[in-house]
Amino acid sequence: MSVITRTPLRPNAIKERRRRGVVAAIFLLPAFILFCLFFVGPGALGLYYSFTDYKGYGIPEFIGLDNYKGLFTDGDFYASLTRTFLYTIVTVPFGYILSLVISALVVSKSAKGATVAQVIFFFPWLISPIVTGVIWRWLFGENFGLVNYLLSSVGLDPMKWASDPNLALIVVILAGSWGSTAFSMLLFMSAIRNIPNSYLEAASLDGAGTIIRFVRITWPLLRPTSFMVILLGTINAMKEFAMIQSLNGGGPGKSNVLIVQYIYETGFERSQIGYASAVSMILMVILLVIALIQTRFDRSDLD
Amino acid sequence: MWALALLFLIPTAWFLLSSFKPGSELFTWPLRLFPEDWTFSGYRAAWERFDFKTYFLNTAFVAVVTTVFTVFVSACTGFALAKYRNRWVQAFFLCILATTMLPTEVIMPSTFSVILGLGLYNSLAGIIIPSIITATGIFMFRQYFMTVPDELLQAARIDGAGEFRIFFTLMLPIARPIIAVLAIFSFQWRWNDYIWPLLVLNDQKKYTLQLALRSIVGAENIDWSVLLGASVISLIPMILLFLVFRRQIMNSDISSGLKD
Repeated sequence: MSVITRTPLRPNAIKERRRRGVVAAIFLLPAFILFCLFFVGPGALGLYYSFTDYKGYGIPEFIGLDNYKGLFTDGDFYASLTRTFLYTIVTVPFGYILSLVISALVVSKSAKGATVAQVIFFFPWLISPIVTGVIWRWLFGENFGLVNYLLSSVGLDPMKWASDPNLALIVVILAGSWGSTAFSMLLFMSAIRNIPNSYLEAASLDGAGTIIRFVRITWPLLRPTSFMVILLGTINAMKEFAMIQSLNGGGPGKSNVLIVQYIYETGFERSQIGYASAVSMILMVILLVIALIQTRFDRSDLD
Repeated sequence: MWALALLFLIPTAWFLLSSFKPGSELFTWPLRLFPEDWTFSGYRAAWERFDFKTYFLNTAFVAVVTTVFTVFVSACTGFALAKYRNRWVQAFFLCILATTMLPTEVIMPSTFSVILGLGLYNSLAGIIIPSIITATGIFMFRQYFMTVPDELLQAARIDGAGEFRIFFTLMLPIARPIIAVLAIFSFQWRWNDYIWPLLVLNDQKKYTLQLALRSIVGAENIDWSVLLGASVISLIPMILLFLVFRRQIMNSDISSGLKD
């Protein structure tokens, strides 16, 4: 796997290396074209739009930083950004702990019927975000949902799951965690299975109980996976859109409009494409910063 | 564990059981766990009132075609990234890495312009082409091909096999487990995808299932009986997929680098 060899190469070898370079280029070509068209393209165009007043038709007019200045005083933008952060800050740790605990339980050999449990926990993975939203909307319906029915049948007041903004957010958080646990669980399960048994056996010879073994040995060894789960979870939470669309449409009112929905509504329903692109660019910067911070954490922990 | 499992099961179970209730029974208190008379009326209404057959075929077409392309392109890319190591190739790897951190669906307005510019608006190709490359698929193949010893390639080269022949007759068959896992994942992503169809499709005849469901749930007065039936119908292919490939999915060794 010598990338750059300092020893002088025979002409043949140089020719061979050049030929391999061409072969590699051919293999990479489809991905490269698609990458440029659907990643670099929209990115560059979005950056350009964000400095214009483009409305979806006509010629975009350059207006400098006006869109960004507008955003600084836009209450709706702040509200949806705050809501998105709140959602992320609650969902990610909750989902992390949930999927870690579930994976540990499901993989442990002492658990009876672990296969059945695996299937139950994994089932939400099969369900699309839209249907997830439908399922939770049905469960938490204010006048017809099972949850309120159970509450009132034990003598409690039914809760306003749809018309109270904070309760509605709680439902969104529960639905989001329910839907995303399966995938994290898959990551954890495969990582736990890869931990050499001898580590755990050595610890149990030293008299460590199941929980101690998990906290002291398994969990630290899962660090790379934990990093992955948290990073992907954060990115996915920041761009949550489809599930909320069918759960409550960002309601009640606009109280739970998260940032991607805000971009969609500004760009397509009010066709302020320039303005929406500016929001997209800010979101991109936020995601980039999150990714960089988390990568930094990962590195410093490993060293 | 079982308490947690029960909590996880309740939403789906309640939803499935409700879908077999007749419309009149859905909202009558006291609610009953099991339907008093089991009926498929919600399913029938969903299937007849909406053009579900078309949505079904559209979604299946998109999911299958995209999956084939995704697997092939990811295999090519992953192979090149793992086995031809020079500066440009590694630079491209970093670019692919960036797409995980910065999902393009998020820049919807300009993505829409690109789709319009390429003449893909309102066509199924407009959903298929942009979804072909996934960083996850490329990572999976890259990781896998890294574990294949270079000596194997060298031996084949000495035997006089060209690079492309090596890829098609030696590398692709070795990578069969990864092909299976990625195909399953890709099918699931595309079946359940919402943002791309939302951006690209306008004509009701081209709707995918998720868009159709969204239009039922977005109506002023939700027809719950139809909605429940329609949602369950949309799940059936995924459930079949899971039943067939449960082992591959649950045992997939994917702890290295994934998104979505």
